[in-house]
Amino acid sequence: MMPALIEIENVSKRFVKRVDLAGKIANVLGANNREQIVRAVDDVSLTIRQGEVLGLVGESGCGKSTLGRMVAGIMQPSAGRILYGGRAREDGNAPAQVADALAVQMIFQDPMASLNPRMRIEDIIGEAPVVHGIVDTAGKRDYVAGMMRKVGLDPSVMGRFPHQFSGGQRARIGIARALAVQPKVLVCDEAVAALDVSIQAQVLNLFMDLRAEMNLTYLFVSHDLSVIRHIADRVAVMYLGRIVETAATDALFDAPAHPYTRALLDEVPRIDMRKKRFASLKGEVPSPLHPPSGCHFHPRCPRADAICKSTRPPLVGVGPAHEAACLFPQTGGALPEPISQ
Amino acid sequence: MSGPILSIHDLKVEFGTRQGVVKAVDGVSLNVYRGEVLGLVGESGSGKSVTGLSILGLIDPPGRIASGSIKLEGQELIGLPEHELRRLRGERMAMIFQDPMTTLNPVLRIDTQMIETIRAHEKVSEKAARSRAEEALKRVGIPSPAERLLTYPHQLSGGMRQRVAIAIALLMSPALLVADEPTTALDVTIQSQIIAEVQQLCAETGTALIWITHDLAVVAGLADRIAVMYAGRIVEEGDVDPVLDHPRHPYTYGLLGSAPSNNRRGEKLAQIPGMTPSLANLPPGCAFAPRCAFAQDDCRVVPPALTHAGSRAWRCFHPVPDRETV
Repeated sequence: MMPALIEIENVSKRFVKRVDLAGKIANVLGANNREQIVRAVDDVSLTIRQGEVLGLVGESGCGKSTLGRMVAGIMQPSAGRILYGGRAREDGNAPAQVADALAVQMIFQDPMASLNPRMRIEDIIGEAPVVHGIVDTAGKRDYVAGMMRKVGLDPSVMGRFPHQFSGGQRARIGIARALAVQPKVLVCDEAVAALDVSIQAQVLNLFMDLRAEMNLTYLFVSHDLSVIRHIADRVAVMYLGRIVETAATDALFDAPAHPYTRALLDEVPRIDMRKKRFASLKGEVPSPLHPPSGCHFHPRCPRADAICKSTRPPLVGVGPAHEAACLFPQTGGALPEPISQ
Repeated sequence: MSGPILSIHDLKVEFGTRQGVVKAVDGVSLNVYRGEVLGLVGESGSGKSVTGLSILGLIDPPGRIASGSIKLEGQELIGLPEHELRRLRGERMAMIFQDPMTTLNPVLRIDTQMIETIRAHEKVSEKAARSRAEEALKRVGIPSPAERLLTYPHQLSGGMRQRVAIAIALLMSPALLVADEPTTALDVTIQSQIIAEVQQLCAETGTALIWITHDLAVVAGLADRIAVMYAGRIVEEGDVDPVLDHPRHPYTYGLLGSAPSNNRRGEKLAQIPGMTPSLANLPPGCAFAPRCAFAQDDCRVVPPALTHAGSRAWRCFHPVPDRETV
């Protein structure tokens, strides 16, 4: 087994909406405005190994993007720490911090929103490597041309602006920009969600080619289970800020242990499922402002018992390299009956 | 079976742009029968949404319906005066859109919007309209509908908003519902709940449903029939099972092949090379020819006509061999 490249240790991210001045004045007059806290990521521990593709799935608001951003170093955790190659980023000296920051690059969902519309492709891709001394100004054009070829773009268009490209090409530009600083890890946040199916297949193939060619490690954040199933070696499922299950991809898709994972898999439309009956899972994802007590999933869970309302289930092993945060996990075969405590 | 609820014949929709006239829809013919679910599938720019908007008479300049016929329950819609169309919209046909926030009026409460819809079409008291609105919300699975009626759209979640939009669309039990990517922006569990509700409601009332989407997997689970569009034309049409199991048009074949769920894990996806052509300058022959593995010289001369075989049809000179599975 490959060594751990990134270790996420008990990381939490809280977003606090403070009481503003008007609220404070209202409080003096007897109102009851309190700080509102969203625990977007709540005590998450996860390991990404050298060379693997870790898929992170969940519905909107589950904290998967926030976790991805913290791994990429764009956001700082409120608690806990993230180790790169065994060392937290803030523990290194200044040059080491820069090197660590460059080693993890992020690819965003909407390439139009993440590419500066007033910069030419040559500068979008070439700016960072020049600034960081990876290539000198004279060699920039050749370097950019090489990067563009690598992602399947014709280098002759490097003088153009982002709006002159199609969605699929913009996605490739975003990838080339990330690769230009020679990262070891790519955090892809819904990187193919906005693309048409035929273009999505091209970009997914590109990700797999680059992985083999450049020995990259991926944290692949997506809501799309079919994409995750295709590309990931290991999968972590998030629900309301917590990891509810992690396992090797085949194990997770063949024998999900957590009822939420199971429900998600049931709900995914599939081409080989004709005239299916939809909707086995009732209710919506609760507001992260007021998450349910105990296990966050208990109000929607078909197997929930009284104890689920009060106890936060820890992530425990339910199989080889397979963990689930459920008090009544399904461990192969038929559904076990919930045991009343 | 009685006649079709909706019958589109050789519909052409054009948009005047600076690059010249763009044929967004180029000769589409479709029939939809009572209680039937038709999945209209295509990638962005294929003309699927424009087809949907044309049915409701919602094409605005610079777009215009250049020719063709759209008949709803036998009545010709093209050329109908606006006030007649207004009467039909909401009553005999309705549409739901991808983003319910753009459908609902943000400054009006849900009850105002629903009661307004009912009273625009029927002479009923406000009280009766309110109780019908409440009933409609209940049917789309909204808990405590009486309280939800008093809220504004921004107070509801995305899934709830889409449910309200669906409830409004189905208020008058229309004969036809056109749904344009209504679940694309929603989470899978919510998507599946909404599909289940629409499926059930349409079955109860016999409403015919056109479900426009880019997602073949959704159509597989929902539709009776499927029509695949590419560059403004329907390239393949037929019952869901034969089309998805044994596609004849190379584009359908390629789309199915590039879906991750149809590929072995970790293997390269069977991708369609190139990208969707610009509608402003389409190749002379088959629009798919430049990306097609089966294309030969004749494909690049004239566009292929529809080949019919039983209940299916495809638009291709060199179709994928029959019985070839994806």
